[in-house]
Amino acid sequence: MLEREGALAFWLLVPTLALLTLFIAYPFVRGVWLSVTNTVVGEPGHFIGLHNFTKIFNDSIFRTAALNTFVYTGVTTVFKLALGLWLALLLNRHFRGKAWVRAFILLPFIIPTVLSTLAWKWMFDPTFSVFNWLFWKLSIINSRINWLGDPELAMASIMTVNVWRGVPFYAISLLAGLQTINPDLHEAAAIDGANRWQRFWHVTWPLLLPVTMVVVLFSIIQTFADFQLVYVLTGGGPANATHLFATYAYQIGVGTGLLSEGAAISLAMFPALLLVVVFQLWYIRRVENR
Amino acid sequence: MIEGAKWKKWLWFYLPMGMFILGLLFPFYWMAVTTVRPDRELYRPWNHPLYSPFWTTHPTFDHIKNLLQETLFDRWMWNTMLIALAATLISLLCGVIGGYALARLRFRWAGLLGTAIFVTYLVPQTLLFIPLADIIRDYHIGDTPWALILTYPTFLIPFCTWLMMGYFKTIPKELEECARIDGATRWQAMLYIVFPIAVPGILSAGIFAFTLSWNEFIYALVFLSSPEQKTVPVGVVSELIRGDVFFWGPLMAGALIGSIPVAIVYSFFVEYYVAGVTGSVKG
Repeated sequence: MLEREGALAFWLLVPTLALLTLFIAYPFVRGVWLSVTNTVVGEPGHFIGLHNFTKIFNDSIFRTAALNTFVYTGVTTVFKLALGLWLALLLNRHFRGKAWVRAFILLPFIIPTVLSTLAWKWMFDPTFSVFNWLFWKLSIINSRINWLGDPELAMASIMTVNVWRGVPFYAISLLAGLQTINPDLHEAAAIDGANRWQRFWHVTWPLLLPVTMVVVLFSIIQTFADFQLVYVLTGGGPANATHLFATYAYQIGVGTGLLSEGAAISLAMFPALLLVVVFQLWYIRRVENR
Repeated sequence: MIEGAKWKKWLWFYLPMGMFILGLLFPFYWMAVTTVRPDRELYRPWNHPLYSPFWTTHPTFDHIKNLLQETLFDRWMWNTMLIALAATLISLLCGVIGGYALARLRFRWAGLLGTAIFVTYLVPQTLLFIPLADIIRDYHIGDTPWALILTYPTFLIPFCTWLMMGYFKTIPKELEECARIDGATRWQAMLYIVFPIAVPGILSAGIFAFTLSWNEFIYALVFLSSPEQKTVPVGVVSELIRGDVFFWGPLMAGALIGSIPVAIVYSFFVEYYVAGVTGSVKG
Protein backbone atom coordinates (compact mmCIF):
# COMPACT_ATOMS: atom_id res chain seq x y z
CA MET A 1 0.00 0.00 0.00
CA LEU A 2 2.70 2.45 1.03
CA GLU A 3 4.67 1.45 -2.08
CA ARG A 4 1.75 2.25 -4.35
CA GLU A 5 1.04 5.57 -2.64
CA GLY A 6 4.67 6.44 -3.13
CA ALA A 7 4.48 5.71 -6.84
CA LEU A 8 1.29 7.75 -7.23
CA ALA A 9 2.77 10.65 -5.28
CA PHE A 10 5.81 10.51 -7.51
CA TRP A 11 3.73 10.85 -10.67
CA LEU A 12 1.61 13.63 -9.22
CA LEU A 13 4.67 15.62 -8.27
CA VAL A 14 6.70 15.05 -11.44
CA PRO A 15 5.39 18.09 -13.39
CA THR A 16 6.04 20.42 -10.46
CA LEU A 17 9.49 19.05 -9.77
CA ALA A 18 10.43 19.11 -13.45
CA LEU A 19 9.51 22.77 -13.87
CA LEU A 20 11.12 23.84 -10.60
CA THR A 21 14.32 21.94 -11.36
CA LEU A 22 14.53 23.28 -14.88
CA PHE A 23 13.75 26.93 -14.10
CA ILE A 24 14.86 27.43 -10.47
CA ALA A 25 17.44 24.88 -9.37
CA TYR A 26 19.32 24.78 -12.68
CA PRO A 27 19.41 28.58 -13.16
CA PHE A 28 20.65 28.91 -9.60
CA VAL A 29 23.57 26.56 -10.24
CA ARG A 30 24.20 28.27 -13.53
CA GLY A 31 24.06 31.69 -11.86
CA VAL A 32 26.69 30.61 -9.34
CA TRP A 33 28.88 29.32 -12.16
CA LEU A 34 28.33 32.50 -14.18
CA SER A 35 29.36 34.65 -11.23
CA VAL A 36 32.82 33.05 -11.06
CA THR A 37 33.54 33.50 -14.77
CA ASN A 38 34.14 36.59 -16.89
CA THR A 39 31.27 36.07 -19.34
CA VAL A 40 29.95 39.06 -21.24
CA VAL A 41 27.08 39.07 -23.73
CA GLY A 42 27.92 37.02 -26.82
CA GLU A 43 31.23 35.70 -25.48
CA PRO A 44 31.67 32.58 -23.39
CA GLY A 45 33.90 33.29 -20.40
CA HIS A 46 36.30 31.24 -18.34
CA PHE A 47 36.79 30.66 -14.63
CA ILE A 48 38.23 33.64 -12.77
CA GLY A 49 37.47 32.71 -9.16
CA LEU A 50 35.98 35.32 -6.87
CA HIS A 51 37.21 38.23 -8.91
CA ASN A 52 33.69 39.51 -9.68
CA PHE A 53 32.84 39.55 -6.00
CA THR A 54 35.97 41.41 -4.94
CA LYS A 55 35.31 43.82 -7.78
CA ILE A 56 31.74 44.60 -6.75
CA PHE A 57 32.61 44.91 -3.07
CA ASN A 58 35.07 47.63 -4.02
CA ASP A 59 32.51 49.33 -6.23
CA SER A 60 31.05 52.36 -4.48
CA ILE A 61 27.78 52.17 -6.45
CA PHE A 62 27.34 48.57 -5.32
CA ARG A 63 27.92 49.57 -1.73
CA THR A 64 25.36 52.34 -2.02
CA ALA A 65 22.91 49.89 -3.58
CA ALA A 66 23.49 47.38 -0.76
CA LEU A 67 23.02 50.03 1.91
CA ASN A 68 19.94 51.37 0.10
CA THR A 69 18.40 47.90 -0.02
CA PHE A 70 18.75 47.37 3.73
CA VAL A 71 17.47 50.85 4.60
CA TYR A 72 14.63 50.55 2.07
CA THR A 73 13.56 47.18 3.46
CA GLY A 74 13.87 48.22 7.10
CA VAL A 75 12.10 51.57 6.89
CA THR A 76 9.24 50.44 4.66
CA THR A 77 8.63 47.31 6.74
CA VAL A 78 8.19 49.35 9.90
CA PHE A 79 5.74 51.70 8.20
CA LYS A 80 3.83 48.93 6.43
CA LEU A 81 3.44 47.01 9.66
CA ALA A 82 2.36 50.02 11.71
CA LEU A 83 -0.10 51.40 9.15
CA GLY A 84 -1.29 47.94 8.09
CA LEU A 85 -2.03 46.99 11.68
CA TRP A 86 -3.84 50.26 12.26
CA LEU A 87 -5.97 49.74 9.16
CA ALA A 88 -6.65 46.13 10.13
CA LEU A 89 -7.87 47.24 13.57
CA LEU A 90 -10.16 49.82 11.94
CA LEU A 91 -11.52 47.21 9.52
CA ASN A 92 -12.12 44.78 12.37
CA ARG A 93 -14.93 46.99 13.69
CA HIS A 94 -18.52 46.75 12.53
CA PHE A 95 -19.60 49.49 10.15
CA ARG A 96 -21.76 49.91 7.10
CA GLY A 97 -20.20 49.21 3.73
CA LYS A 98 -17.39 47.15 5.24
CA ALA A 99 -17.28 44.66 2.37
CA TRP A 100 -16.96 47.49 -0.15
CA VAL A 101 -14.24 49.26 1.77
CA ARG A 102 -12.29 46.03 2.12
CA ALA A 103 -12.60 45.30 -1.61
CA PHE A 104 -11.48 48.79 -2.68
CA ILE A 105 -8.65 48.99 -0.20
CA LEU A 106 -6.90 46.01 -1.80
CA LEU A 107 -6.69 47.76 -5.18
CA PRO A 108 -3.12 49.09 -4.76
CA PHE A 109 -2.03 45.51 -4.15
CA ILE A 110 -3.79 43.88 -7.10
CA ILE A 111 -3.32 46.51 -9.83
CA PRO A 112 -0.09 45.73 -11.74
CA THR A 113 2.74 47.45 -9.87
CA VAL A 114 4.34 49.06 -12.89
CA LEU A 115 1.07 50.64 -13.98
CA SER A 116 0.22 52.17 -10.62
CA THR A 117 3.84 53.25 -10.16
CA LEU A 118 3.57 55.19 -13.42
CA ALA A 119 0.70 57.14 -11.88
CA TRP A 120 2.98 57.94 -8.93
CA LYS A 121 5.75 59.00 -11.27
CA TRP A 122 3.33 61.41 -12.90
CA MET A 123 2.30 62.73 -9.48
CA PHE A 124 5.98 63.22 -8.62
CA ASP A 125 6.73 65.04 -11.88
CA PRO A 126 8.93 68.07 -11.09
CA THR A 127 6.94 70.48 -13.24
CA PHE A 128 3.40 69.15 -13.07
CA SER A 129 3.31 67.56 -9.63
CA VAL A 130 -0.05 67.60 -7.91
CA PHE A 131 1.75 67.37 -4.56
CA ASN A 132 3.64 70.58 -5.30
CA TRP A 133 0.33 72.24 -6.13
CA LEU A 134 -1.25 70.94 -2.92
CA PHE A 135 1.61 72.00 -0.63
CA TRP A 136 1.79 75.34 -2.38
CA LYS A 137 -1.94 75.94 -1.90
CA LEU A 138 -1.57 74.96 1.75
CA SER A 139 1.28 77.52 1.95
CA ILE A 140 3.79 74.92 3.04
CA ILE A 141 6.17 75.56 0.14
CA ASN A 142 6.72 78.36 -2.31
CA SER A 143 9.27 76.80 -4.62
CA ARG A 144 9.00 73.41 -6.29
CA ILE A 145 10.06 70.16 -4.67
CA ASN A 146 11.94 67.84 -7.01
CA TRP A 147 10.56 64.58 -5.64
CA LEU A 148 12.61 62.19 -7.72
CA GLY A 149 15.49 64.43 -8.71
CA ASP A 150 17.07 64.97 -5.32
CA PRO A 151 18.98 61.85 -4.12
CA GLU A 152 17.73 61.83 -0.50
CA LEU A 153 14.20 62.78 -1.40
CA ALA A 154 14.07 60.28 -4.28
CA MET A 155 14.66 57.38 -1.91
CA ALA A 156 11.94 58.68 0.42
CA SER A 157 9.55 59.00 -2.53
CA ILE A 158 10.25 55.42 -3.62
CA MET A 159 9.67 54.22 -0.06
CA THR A 160 6.35 56.05 0.04
CA VAL A 161 5.14 54.18 -3.03
CA ASN A 162 6.31 50.87 -1.58
CA VAL A 163 4.44 51.53 1.66
CA TRP A 164 1.35 52.57 -0.30
CA ARG A 165 1.38 49.30 -2.21
CA GLY A 166 2.19 47.12 0.80
CA VAL A 167 -0.23 48.46 3.43
CA PRO A 168 -3.34 46.75 1.96
CA PHE A 169 -1.60 43.38 1.95
CA TYR A 170 -0.58 43.77 5.59
CA ALA A 171 -4.02 45.05 6.56
CA ILE A 172 -5.99 42.24 4.92
CA SER A 173 -3.66 39.50 6.19
CA LEU A 174 -3.63 40.90 9.74
CA LEU A 175 -7.40 41.37 9.60
CA ALA A 176 -7.74 37.64 8.88
CA GLY A 177 -5.56 37.02 11.94
CA LEU A 178 -7.61 39.41 14.09
CA GLN A 179 -10.83 37.64 13.14
CA THR A 180 -9.57 34.37 14.59
CA ILE A 181 -9.15 35.95 18.04
CA ASN A 182 -12.01 35.01 20.34
CA PRO A 183 -13.84 38.20 21.47
CA ASP A 184 -14.51 36.57 24.87
CA LEU A 185 -10.84 37.08 25.70
CA HIS A 186 -11.24 40.84 25.24
CA GLU A 187 -14.35 40.84 27.34
CA ALA A 188 -12.63 38.90 30.10
CA ALA A 189 -9.70 41.30 30.05
CA ALA A 190 -12.07 44.29 30.13
CA ILE A 191 -13.89 42.86 33.14
CA ASP A 192 -10.53 42.43 34.86
CA GLY A 193 -10.04 46.18 34.37
CA ALA A 194 -7.67 46.28 31.40
CA ASN A 195 -7.95 49.46 29.35
CA ARG A 196 -7.98 49.58 25.56
CA TRP A 197 -4.21 49.82 25.21
CA GLN A 198 -3.55 47.04 27.76
CA ARG A 199 -6.03 44.79 25.97
CA PHE A 200 -4.25 45.37 22.68
CA TRP A 201 -0.82 44.82 24.13
CA HIS A 202 -1.59 41.78 26.34
CA VAL A 203 -4.34 40.05 24.36
CA THR A 204 -4.39 41.04 20.68
CA TRP A 205 -0.69 41.44 19.98
CA PRO A 206 0.56 38.08 21.40
CA LEU A 207 -2.25 36.18 19.66
CA LEU A 208 -1.61 37.98 16.40
CA LEU A 209 2.15 37.50 16.53
CA PRO A 210 2.38 34.25 14.49
CA VAL A 211 0.44 35.77 11.57
CA THR A 212 2.38 39.03 11.89
CA MET A 213 5.71 37.21 11.74
CA VAL A 214 4.82 35.29 8.60
CA VAL A 215 3.49 38.41 6.87
CA VAL A 216 6.53 40.48 7.85
CA LEU A 217 9.07 37.85 6.78
CA PHE A 218 7.30 37.29 3.49
CA SER A 219 7.16 41.02 2.84
CA ILE A 220 10.81 41.49 3.79
CA ILE A 221 11.85 39.04 1.08
CA GLN A 222 9.70 40.75 -1.54
CA THR A 223 10.90 44.22 -0.58
CA PHE A 224 14.54 43.21 -0.39
CA ALA A 225 14.40 41.85 -3.93
CA ASP A 226 12.30 44.74 -5.29
CA PHE A 227 12.95 45.95 -8.81
CA GLN A 228 9.88 47.51 -10.42
CA LEU A 229 9.44 50.61 -8.27
CA VAL A 230 12.99 51.84 -8.64
CA TYR A 231 13.16 50.88 -12.31
CA VAL A 232 10.08 52.96 -13.12
CA LEU A 233 10.50 55.88 -10.72
CA THR A 234 14.20 56.71 -10.99
CA GLY A 235 15.98 53.97 -12.92
CA GLY A 236 18.52 54.00 -10.08
CA GLY A 237 19.31 57.70 -10.49
CA PRO A 238 19.94 60.52 -9.84
CA ALA A 239 23.66 59.71 -10.16
CA ASN A 240 23.10 56.03 -9.17
CA ALA A 241 21.92 57.11 -5.72
CA THR A 242 18.75 55.02 -5.53
CA HIS A 243 19.84 51.62 -6.84
CA LEU A 244 18.82 48.43 -5.08
CA PHE A 245 20.59 45.09 -5.59
CA ALA A 246 18.15 44.09 -8.31
CA THR A 247 18.20 47.30 -10.33
CA TYR A 248 21.99 47.52 -10.22
CA ALA A 249 22.26 43.87 -11.28
CA TYR A 250 19.98 44.70 -14.20
CA GLN A 251 21.97 47.77 -15.17
CA ILE A 252 25.28 45.89 -15.12
CA GLY A 253 24.07 42.51 -16.41
CA VAL A 254 21.55 43.58 -19.05
CA GLY A 255 22.28 47.27 -19.58
CA THR A 256 26.05 46.99 -20.03
CA GLY A 257 26.10 43.28 -20.87
CA LEU A 258 28.55 42.27 -18.13
CA LEU A 259 26.61 39.07 -17.48
CA SER A 260 28.85 37.50 -14.88
CA GLU A 261 29.18 40.69 -12.86
CA GLY A 262 25.40 41.17 -12.97
CA ALA A 263 24.91 37.58 -11.81
CA ALA A 264 27.32 38.22 -8.95
CA ILE A 265 25.36 41.32 -7.87
CA SER A 266 22.10 39.33 -7.91
CA LEU A 267 23.68 36.54 -5.91
CA ALA A 268 24.89 39.03 -3.33
CA MET A 269 21.25 39.12 -2.20
CA PHE A 270 21.35 35.41 -1.47
CA PRO A 271 22.90 35.30 2.04
CA ALA A 272 20.39 37.77 3.46
CA LEU A 273 17.46 36.04 1.76
CA LEU A 274 18.66 32.66 3.01
CA LEU A 275 18.83 33.97 6.54
CA VAL A 276 15.23 35.18 6.40
CA VAL A 277 14.00 31.91 4.86
CA VAL A 278 15.79 29.78 7.47
CA PHE A 279 14.38 31.94 10.23
CA GLN A 280 10.90 31.66 8.73
CA LEU A 281 11.10 27.84 8.49
CA TRP A 282 12.34 27.66 12.06
CA TYR A 283 9.57 29.94 13.26
CA ILE A 284 6.79 28.06 11.45
CA ARG A 285 8.04 24.76 12.87
CA ARG A 286 8.14 26.20 16.37
CA VAL A 287 4.59 27.54 16.12
CA GLU A 288 3.33 24.24 14.70
CA ASN A 289 4.93 22.20 17.46
CA ARG A 290 3.50 24.33 20.22
CA MET B 1 -21.70 61.68 27.24
CA ILE B 2 -23.26 60.40 24.03
CA GLU B 3 -22.19 63.56 22.22
CA GLY B 4 -18.66 62.98 23.44
CA ALA B 5 -18.73 59.37 22.24
CA LYS B 6 -19.84 60.48 18.80
CA TRP B 7 -17.04 63.01 18.59
CA LYS B 8 -14.57 60.37 19.65
CA LYS B 9 -15.81 57.97 17.03
CA TRP B 10 -15.24 60.61 14.35
CA LEU B 11 -11.73 61.26 15.57
CA TRP B 12 -10.63 57.67 16.08
CA PHE B 13 -12.57 55.89 13.38
CA TYR B 14 -14.04 57.93 10.51
CA LEU B 15 -11.16 60.34 10.19
CA PRO B 16 -8.33 57.77 9.96
CA MET B 17 -10.48 55.47 7.83
CA GLY B 18 -11.23 58.32 5.44
CA MET B 19 -7.55 59.19 5.22
CA PHE B 20 -6.63 55.60 4.44
CA ILE B 21 -9.26 55.31 1.71
CA LEU B 22 -8.29 58.66 0.20
CA GLY B 23 -4.58 57.89 0.26
CA LEU B 24 -4.93 54.37 -1.12
CA LEU B 25 -7.30 55.25 -3.94
CA PHE B 26 -6.17 58.73 -5.01
CA PRO B 27 -3.52 57.49 -7.50
CA PHE B 28 -6.21 55.60 -9.43
CA TYR B 29 -8.42 58.66 -9.56
CA TRP B 30 -5.45 60.63 -10.80
CA MET B 31 -4.83 58.02 -13.48
CA ALA B 32 -8.44 58.29 -14.65
CA VAL B 33 -8.51 62.09 -14.68
CA THR B 34 -5.25 62.27 -16.61
CA THR B 35 -6.59 59.82 -19.18
CA VAL B 36 -9.43 62.15 -20.18
CA ARG B 37 -7.64 65.48 -19.73
CA PRO B 38 -6.62 67.33 -22.91
CA ASP B 39 -2.91 68.03 -23.40
CA ARG B 40 -3.19 71.80 -23.02
CA GLU B 41 -4.58 71.29 -19.50
CA LEU B 42 -2.22 68.42 -18.76
CA TYR B 43 0.95 70.40 -19.27
CA ARG B 44 0.20 73.35 -17.04
CA PRO B 45 2.87 73.72 -14.37
CA TRP B 46 1.88 73.17 -10.76
CA ASN B 47 1.89 76.90 -9.97
CA HIS B 48 -0.08 77.94 -13.04
CA PRO B 49 -3.18 79.95 -12.01
CA LEU B 50 -5.45 77.65 -14.05
CA TYR B 51 -4.00 74.39 -12.66
CA SER B 52 -7.16 72.48 -11.81
CA PRO B 53 -6.06 69.12 -10.56
CA PHE B 54 -9.22 67.34 -9.59
CA TRP B 55 -11.44 67.63 -12.63
CA THR B 56 -11.40 68.68 -16.23
CA THR B 57 -13.90 70.83 -18.06
CA HIS B 58 -13.02 69.43 -21.50
CA PRO B 59 -12.88 65.65 -21.23
CA THR B 60 -11.37 63.99 -24.28
CA PHE B 61 -10.80 60.49 -25.60
CA ASP B 62 -7.78 61.55 -27.66
CA HIS B 63 -5.29 59.76 -25.42
CA ILE B 64 -7.19 56.49 -25.58
CA LYS B 65 -7.51 56.81 -29.37
CA ASN B 66 -3.84 57.61 -29.62
CA LEU B 67 -2.99 54.60 -27.47
CA LEU B 68 -5.08 52.18 -29.50
CA GLN B 69 -4.16 53.52 -32.93
CA GLU B 70 -0.54 54.60 -32.59
CA THR B 71 0.79 51.82 -30.38
CA LEU B 72 0.62 48.03 -30.25
CA PHE B 73 -1.41 48.23 -27.05
CA ASP B 74 -4.05 45.75 -28.22
CA ARG B 75 -1.30 43.25 -29.05
CA TRP B 76 0.20 43.69 -25.57
CA MET B 77 -3.21 43.08 -24.01
CA TRP B 78 -3.62 39.86 -25.98
CA ASN B 79 -0.11 38.69 -25.20
CA THR B 80 -0.55 39.35 -21.51
CA MET B 81 -3.94 37.64 -21.44
CA LEU B 82 -2.65 34.57 -23.27
CA ILE B 83 0.48 34.28 -21.14
CA ALA B 84 -1.37 34.87 -17.87
CA LEU B 85 -4.06 32.29 -18.71
CA ALA B 86 -1.60 29.65 -19.92
CA ALA B 87 0.75 30.11 -16.96
CA THR B 88 -2.21 30.03 -14.56
CA LEU B 89 -3.60 26.81 -16.06
CA ILE B 90 -0.25 25.04 -15.95
CA SER B 91 0.33 26.17 -12.37
CA LEU B 92 -3.14 25.17 -11.24
CA LEU B 93 -2.79 21.70 -12.73
CA CYS B 94 0.59 21.17 -11.10
CA GLY B 95 -0.51 22.78 -7.85
CA VAL B 96 -3.73 20.76 -7.50
CA ILE B 97 -2.20 17.34 -8.10
CA GLY B 98 1.01 18.18 -6.26
CA GLY B 99 -0.89 19.65 -3.33
CA TYR B 100 -3.06 16.54 -3.18
CA ALA B 101 0.01 14.29 -3.11
CA LEU B 102 1.64 16.30 -0.33
CA ALA B 103 -1.52 16.57 1.76
CA ARG B 104 -2.94 13.09 1.38
CA LEU B 105 -0.37 10.51 0.34
CA ARG B 106 2.13 9.00 2.71
CA PHE B 107 5.52 8.57 1.14
CA ARG B 108 9.15 9.03 2.00
CA TRP B 109 10.53 12.56 1.50
CA ALA B 110 7.02 14.07 1.75
CA GLY B 111 8.08 16.53 4.44
CA LEU B 112 11.31 17.39 2.68
CA LEU B 113 9.58 17.98 -0.67
CA GLY B 114 6.95 20.17 0.98
CA THR B 115 9.68 22.30 2.54
CA ALA B 116 11.62 22.46 -0.74
CA ILE B 117 8.55 23.72 -2.59
CA PHE B 118 7.88 26.26 0.15
CA VAL B 119 11.45 27.53 -0.17
CA THR B 120 11.14 28.01 -3.93
CA TYR B 121 8.02 30.07 -3.19
CA LEU B 122 10.34 32.52 -1.46
CA VAL B 123 12.86 32.75 -4.31
CA PRO B 124 12.43 36.20 -5.87
CA GLN B 125 12.58 36.54 -9.65
CA THR B 126 15.34 39.11 -9.38
CA LEU B 127 17.73 36.51 -7.98
CA LEU B 128 17.78 34.35 -11.11
CA PHE B 129 16.88 36.50 -14.08
CA ILE B 130 20.38 36.72 -15.56
CA PRO B 131 21.22 33.00 -15.73
CA LEU B 132 17.61 32.30 -16.67
CA ALA B 133 17.93 34.63 -19.67
CA ASP B 134 20.90 32.51 -20.80
CA ILE B 135 18.89 29.32 -20.42
CA ILE B 136 15.95 30.79 -22.33
CA ARG B 137 18.34 31.57 -25.16
CA ASP B 138 19.77 28.04 -25.08
CA TYR B 139 16.30 26.56 -25.44
CA HIS B 140 15.55 28.96 -28.33
CA ILE B 141 12.39 30.32 -26.73
CA GLY B 142 13.63 33.88 -26.21
CA ASP B 143 11.28 36.58 -27.54
CA THR B 144 8.34 34.14 -27.71
CA PRO B 145 5.40 33.80 -25.29
CA TRP B 146 6.84 30.43 -24.23
CA ALA B 147 9.68 32.18 -22.42
CA LEU B 148 7.08 33.51 -19.96
CA ILE B 149 4.51 30.70 -20.07
CA LEU B 150 7.19 28.26 -18.90
CA THR B 151 8.93 30.51 -16.36
CA TYR B 152 5.92 32.15 -14.66
CA PRO B 153 4.88 28.80 -13.15
CA THR B 154 8.12 28.82 -11.16
CA PHE B 155 6.69 31.44 -8.84
CA LEU B 156 3.04 30.38 -9.27
CA ILE B 157 3.31 26.61 -8.69
CA PRO B 158 4.84 26.82 -5.20
CA PHE B 159 2.10 29.20 -4.15
CA CYS B 160 -0.69 27.10 -5.75
CA THR B 161 0.69 23.87 -4.29
CA TRP B 162 0.97 25.37 -0.85
CA LEU B 163 -2.54 26.83 -0.94
CA MET B 164 -4.09 23.62 -2.28
CA MET B 165 -2.24 21.54 0.27
CA GLY B 166 -3.78 23.61 3.04
CA TYR B 167 -7.19 23.30 1.41
CA PHE B 168 -7.04 19.52 0.94
CA LYS B 169 -6.12 19.11 4.59
CA THR B 170 -9.45 20.69 5.57
CA ILE B 171 -11.45 18.11 3.56
CA PRO B 172 -12.20 15.09 5.78
CA LYS B 173 -10.42 11.92 4.74
CA GLU B 174 -13.56 9.91 5.49
CA LEU B 175 -15.26 11.24 2.34
CA GLU B 176 -12.63 9.60 0.20
CA GLU B 177 -12.58 6.44 2.26
CA CYS B 178 -16.36 6.05 1.89
CA ALA B 179 -16.09 6.35 -1.86
CA ARG B 180 -13.35 3.76 -1.95
CA ILE B 181 -15.35 1.33 0.16
CA ASP B 182 -18.14 1.79 -2.40
CA GLY B 183 -15.71 0.56 -5.03
CA ALA B 184 -14.15 3.76 -6.41
CA THR B 185 -10.47 3.67 -7.28
CA ARG B 186 -8.14 6.25 -5.76
CA TRP B 187 -8.17 8.18 -9.02
CA GLN B 188 -11.95 8.22 -9.12
CA ALA B 189 -12.18 9.29 -5.49
CA MET B 190 -9.70 12.06 -6.21
CA LEU B 191 -11.33 13.27 -9.42
CA TYR B 192 -14.99 12.96 -8.48
CA ILE B 193 -15.03 13.48 -4.72
CA VAL B 194 -12.09 15.56 -3.58
CA PHE B 195 -11.45 17.94 -6.47
CA PRO B 196 -15.07 19.14 -6.78
CA ILE B 197 -15.11 20.01 -3.07
CA ALA B 198 -11.83 21.85 -3.56
CA VAL B 199 -13.25 24.20 -6.23
CA PRO B 200 -13.22 27.30 -3.97
CA GLY B 201 -9.56 26.66 -3.19
CA ILE B 202 -8.79 26.17 -6.88
CA LEU B 203 -10.55 29.45 -7.69
CA SER B 204 -8.56 31.33 -5.04
CA ALA B 205 -5.29 29.94 -6.32
CA GLY B 206 -6.25 30.59 -9.94
CA ILE B 207 -7.26 34.21 -9.42
CA PHE B 208 -4.18 34.93 -7.38
CA ALA B 209 -1.97 33.30 -10.01
CA PHE B 210 -3.66 35.27 -12.78
CA THR B 211 -3.10 38.63 -11.08
CA LEU B 212 0.52 37.73 -10.28
CA SER B 213 1.16 36.85 -13.93
CA TRP B 214 -0.41 40.09 -15.09
CA ASN B 215 1.81 41.95 -12.64
CA GLU B 216 5.12 40.25 -13.51
CA PHE B 217 7.70 42.62 -14.94
CA ILE B 218 11.38 41.69 -14.88
CA TYR B 219 11.16 38.37 -16.76
CA ALA B 220 8.98 39.99 -19.42
CA LEU B 221 11.42 42.91 -19.63
CA VAL B 222 14.49 40.71 -20.06
CA PHE B 223 13.18 37.74 -22.07
CA LEU B 224 11.19 39.64 -24.71
CA SER B 225 12.63 42.18 -27.11
CA SER B 226 10.37 42.85 -30.10
CA PRO B 227 7.60 45.40 -29.50
CA GLU B 228 4.85 43.07 -30.78
CA GLN B 229 5.77 40.36 -28.28
CA LYS B 230 5.63 42.52 -25.16
CA THR B 231 3.24 42.36 -22.24
CA VAL B 232 1.24 45.37 -21.04
CA PRO B 233 3.55 46.52 -18.20
CA VAL B 234 6.69 46.25 -20.33
CA GLY B 235 5.07 47.65 -23.47
CA VAL B 236 3.69 50.70 -21.70
CA VAL B 237 7.01 51.49 -20.01
CA SER B 238 9.31 50.83 -22.95
CA GLU B 239 7.25 52.08 -25.90
CA LEU B 240 5.45 55.10 -24.44
CA ILE B 241 8.53 56.62 -22.88
CA ARG B 242 11.05 57.80 -25.46
CA GLY B 243 14.27 58.78 -23.76
CA ASP B 244 13.24 61.65 -21.55
CA VAL B 245 9.90 62.26 -23.24
CA PHE B 246 6.88 60.94 -21.42
CA PHE B 247 3.56 60.81 -23.22
CA TRP B 248 1.57 61.16 -20.04
CA GLY B 249 -1.90 61.06 -21.57
CA PRO B 250 -1.48 57.75 -23.43
CA LEU B 251 0.68 56.43 -20.56
CA MET B 252 -2.09 56.92 -18.02
CA ALA B 253 -4.67 55.60 -20.51
CA GLY B 254 -2.51 52.50 -20.90
CA ALA B 255 -2.12 52.11 -17.16
CA LEU B 256 -5.87 52.45 -16.67
CA ILE B 257 -6.97 50.11 -19.45
CA GLY B 258 -4.16 47.67 -18.68
CA SER B 259 -5.49 47.34 -15.14
CA ILE B 260 -9.06 46.60 -16.21
CA PRO B 261 -8.79 42.82 -16.81
CA VAL B 262 -7.28 42.31 -13.37
CA ALA B 263 -9.84 44.60 -11.79
CA ILE B 264 -12.72 42.71 -13.45
CA VAL B 265 -11.45 39.30 -12.39
CA TYR B 266 -10.87 40.69 -8.92
CA SER B 267 -14.31 42.30 -8.61
CA PHE B 268 -16.07 39.03 -9.44
CA PHE B 269 -14.08 36.98 -6.99
CA VAL B 270 -13.16 39.34 -4.14
CA GLU B 271 -13.89 36.77 -1.45
CA TYR B 272 -11.80 34.09 -3.12
CA TYR B 273 -9.05 36.57 -3.68
CA VAL B 274 -8.98 37.62 -0.04
CA ALA B 275 -8.89 33.93 0.91
CA GLY B 276 -5.94 33.55 -1.47
CA VAL B 277 -4.03 36.46 0.05
CA THR B 278 -4.50 35.24 3.58
CA GLY B 279 -3.92 31.62 2.54
CA SER B 280 -0.71 32.59 0.81
CA VAL B 281 0.82 33.72 4.06
CA LYS B 282 -0.74 31.23 6.41
CA GLY B 283 0.07 28.15 4.34
